Amino acid sequence: MPKHQIDPNKWIDSYSDYLFNYTITRVRDRDTAQDLVQDTFFAGLKSMKNFKGEASERTWLISILKRKIIDYYRKINSKKGKAEVRINYNSDTEDEGDWLEERVADSFDKTAEDNLENTELGLAIHNCIAKLPEKQAQVFKMKTILNYETEAICNELNITASNLWVIIHRARTTVAACLEKNWF
Amino acid sequence: MSKKNTLFISCDEASHNCDKSQYNEASFWERLKLNIHLLYCKACRKYSNNNTKLSQVINHSKVDCLDIKDKQIMKDCFEKELRDQHQN
Repeated sequence: MPKHQIDPNKWIDSYSDYLFNYTITRVRDRDTAQDLVQDTFFAGLKSMKNFKGEASERTWLISILKRKIIDYYRKINSKKGKAEVRINYNSDTEDEGDWLEERVADSFDKTAEDNLENTELGLAIHNCIAKLPEKQAQVFKMKTILNYETEAICNELNITASNLWVIIHRARTTVAACLEKNWF
Repeated sequence: MSKKNTLFISCDEASHNCDKSQYNEASFWERLKLNIHLLYCKACRKYSNNNTKLSQVINHSKVDCLDIKDKQIMKDCFEKELRDQHQN
């Protein structure tokens, strides 16, 4: 008896933001990321019968998404020459000769680690948002991540401003407690 | 009316002002009243600290998600595909 069931009807609501956040840290372009996520859902739908229920739906979808991202990079690199790594001895710049000094790792430059941590943190935040009731999650995402104006959200969702702030308050309290437990 | 103008506010109002100020939507008076409240209310101080920390973490993480409209488009496409598959 498989532990996990598959139900594509809930995929978009449950996983699209998580997958999107996963993709955007790897491709750096919203449109591409969106296409890749959409492709992933379609591919998942086509190969649903291969889902054995050993992993959770989300893990399974992420594994498809990983292949899609790799394929994407393969495709944009497939034109001849693009995939080559060229190592030049500074033939095109003025500062010939002191390449070692220029290329030595800067120990104060921690951007790679920071990015990695940010990626994980982003996914942790999405995990916490996923635990919120649907309405709270939606309002919280629109307000906090997409930076919508209060008025715009109120119009979109047909709620009053004070209603919105109550929802935001509850969502913030829950997310803060969740992150406290799982991240710090 | 006189109650509304007082500088001393309830904890409910303080947390409301605090939430607003996380999105830079609190007015000068709301921020002032919040800060006065925080001087003497330990519980709200704690909430305010946590709230600010949450904002910092979210800004720092550059977390992203799909736009509502894009998500709806994706959902429509997917549901169409789902129906097609059911028919086959």
